[in-house]
Amino acid sequence: MSILITPETKILVQGITGAFGAKHAQLSLDYGTKVVAGVTPGKGGQFFEHKGAKIPIFDTVAEAAKKTGATVSVIFVPPPFAADAILECVDAGLELAVAITEGIPVRDMVRVKRTMLGCKTRLVGPNCPGIVTPGTGKDSNGGCRIGIAPGYIHKKGHVGVVSRSGTLTYEAVFQLTSKNIGQSTCVGIGGDPVNGTSHLDVIKLFNADPETHGIILIGEIGGNAEVEAARWIKENCKKPVAGFIAGATAPAGRRMGHAGAIVGGAEDTAAAKIAVFKECGIEVAATPSDMADALLRAAKAKGVTLS
Amino acid sequence: MNIHEYQAKTLFEKFGVPVPKGATAKSAAEFDAALATLPEGPVMVKSQIHAGGRGKGTFTDGFKGGVKFCPTKAEAKEKAAKMLGNTLVTIQTGPAGRKVQTIYFTQASDIKKEYYLAILLDRATSRPVIVASTEGGVEIEKVAHDTPEKLHKVFVDPAYGLADFQVRELVFKLGFTGAEAKNAAKLIRNLYTMYWETDAAMVEVNPLITTPTGEVLALDAKVSFDDNALFRHPEIVALRDLNEEDPKEIEASKANLSYIALDGNIACLVNGAGLAMSTMDIIKHFGGSPANFLDVGGGASKDQVVAAFKIILGDPNVKGIFVNIFGGIMDCNVIALGIVEAVKEVGLKLPLVVRLEGNNVAAGKATLASSGLALVSGDTMADAAQKIVKLVAA
Repeated sequence: MSILITPETKILVQGITGAFGAKHAQLSLDYGTKVVAGVTPGKGGQFFEHKGAKIPIFDTVAEAAKKTGATVSVIFVPPPFAADAILECVDAGLELAVAITEGIPVRDMVRVKRTMLGCKTRLVGPNCPGIVTPGTGKDSNGGCRIGIAPGYIHKKGHVGVVSRSGTLTYEAVFQLTSKNIGQSTCVGIGGDPVNGTSHLDVIKLFNADPETHGIILIGEIGGNAEVEAARWIKENCKKPVAGFIAGATAPAGRRMGHAGAIVGGAEDTAAAKIAVFKECGIEVAATPSDMADALLRAAKAKGVTLS
Repeated sequence: MNIHEYQAKTLFEKFGVPVPKGATAKSAAEFDAALATLPEGPVMVKSQIHAGGRGKGTFTDGFKGGVKFCPTKAEAKEKAAKMLGNTLVTIQTGPAGRKVQTIYFTQASDIKKEYYLAILLDRATSRPVIVASTEGGVEIEKVAHDTPEKLHKVFVDPAYGLADFQVRELVFKLGFTGAEAKNAAKLIRNLYTMYWETDAAMVEVNPLITTPTGEVLALDAKVSFDDNALFRHPEIVALRDLNEEDPKEIEASKANLSYIALDGNIACLVNGAGLAMSTMDIIKHFGGSPANFLDVGGGASKDQVVAAFKIILGDPNVKGIFVNIFGGIMDCNVIALGIVEAVKEVGLKLPLVVRLEGNNVAAGKATLASSGLALVSGDTMADAAQKIVKLVAA
């Protein structure tokens, strides 16, 4: 199994006619992902064509979901309109909305998050690379790729990866695959201060997934989401977990690329988070080159086989 | 984005948050006209720079204090002349300090008591939080650490907005009564409206004061805005002061690069914020010191790589360059071509270590190898980081 998405999951793409959305819809189709619909208001009735596939485009998410059975949306809509795009998924009753868009105003996300309280739709992101559940084909093809991650670096297997950062996720996945260790699902939760799904939410899902045998938890400076996840792991998770925190050298008060990556106080520095990881039994990667090896150490200590 | 105190106070007034009367001067010739708008009596002279700790700061010529109380206008004029054009060093500016280009004169208020008030995002609840304390005029981090019970917080439900009972709760916890209570409630409500409507990232008033006549005033003002929301606030963008920003950072933002100058000597060029941060970390881990944070983004073009190289080489402290690219979707060969072109255009006298991985990496490595450039290849991040640290130390 996997978490959140499987190779059978049907996807719709909001913003499929924009350059960014189109490119990644094509790459997902090439990966073998079931992209079944596009949504661009005003372009309903047209088709998105790629290598013989003809994907219908709809004016609204609700119509796209109803006509095609899509249960998940990936959002490539520009920042000023992205909050609205997320709420449209909620209104249509989708299971999952994955917001790739970078640069959504904090106030918009504060309102979206409040509106989504008690709704069945889960949000991953925004400002995230998306989710990949690798497939069994060549270069892990045949899996479900939602978002902008490179599909070919993955390999089907038993390690769950959760991270705020895109390229650091790829780094971890590449290290694992190079060591012939596959992944169950890789989730990028995004670098914004207000996001939908937290580290802890994903950790709980990995913990409950019988096919996930080990977890890599990648965090960064700012906020306390990693600390919250680590404390839960200490109490509830028996699986081996490796952790890495980026930003040990970041100066206080400066936003390091990600809107959320800013050191506010003593509690959200890299050093403070690493200390909590250690205290909670998480094997800490000393450098980003050490992430896969750190998980191997954690697995060995618990007698768990990863591959 | 940050703004100056005088700009923040103009916004405060617009939203009905009372502040002491004030006026600015950008040259000595403007001092008299500015001071003439204030009533006779004591005046505060305040250096306008985007950094805290101004009052306890020291100018590079030895003059002490970037904020001064002056009993008379004549003395205010004299002190202002010493500050304007001078460079102020505070705990937040770094040793280089900031040049004072604007002086803000305000009527000195009679202070009965000082308080603290701030509004910002609470990440744990994803809601705005109003933080208030009776311990004003001091470092709030110290209050939070030593006497957390003196810090009062209310979390605002964004669906309803700030409720009256929450305002009352704050007002009573701060111990206000009578006219003061009424004035404080109005100030808190108006400040929240400003925070919300301008997409502020943080609004901080330290100190908030009461006067013997029952007034409640924002004596200082520190306001920053959410960069992501600036597109809908042209009136806020107009307040940006480029003098307060690093010229290299301004140039980088024009090229859509995310760049932050640091004080080390190994320049970094990386794709992705997380990888860029951890590239700095790994340099430090192996005993080096990063000169900057530089994220070229997920879909960098050749032009962006060229721009990035120019910015990096504009820093005289740089003794070596570390390019770390994980080309997921990005074509490694595009990056390689960008590096070759950049080096041909700007020249290269410093050691350069390149670590390329990912999409079309073989072609990228071939491009670099056949370029004839004196660069060193690294296989993993750790390998490459150790190589650049060694080369710079040599």
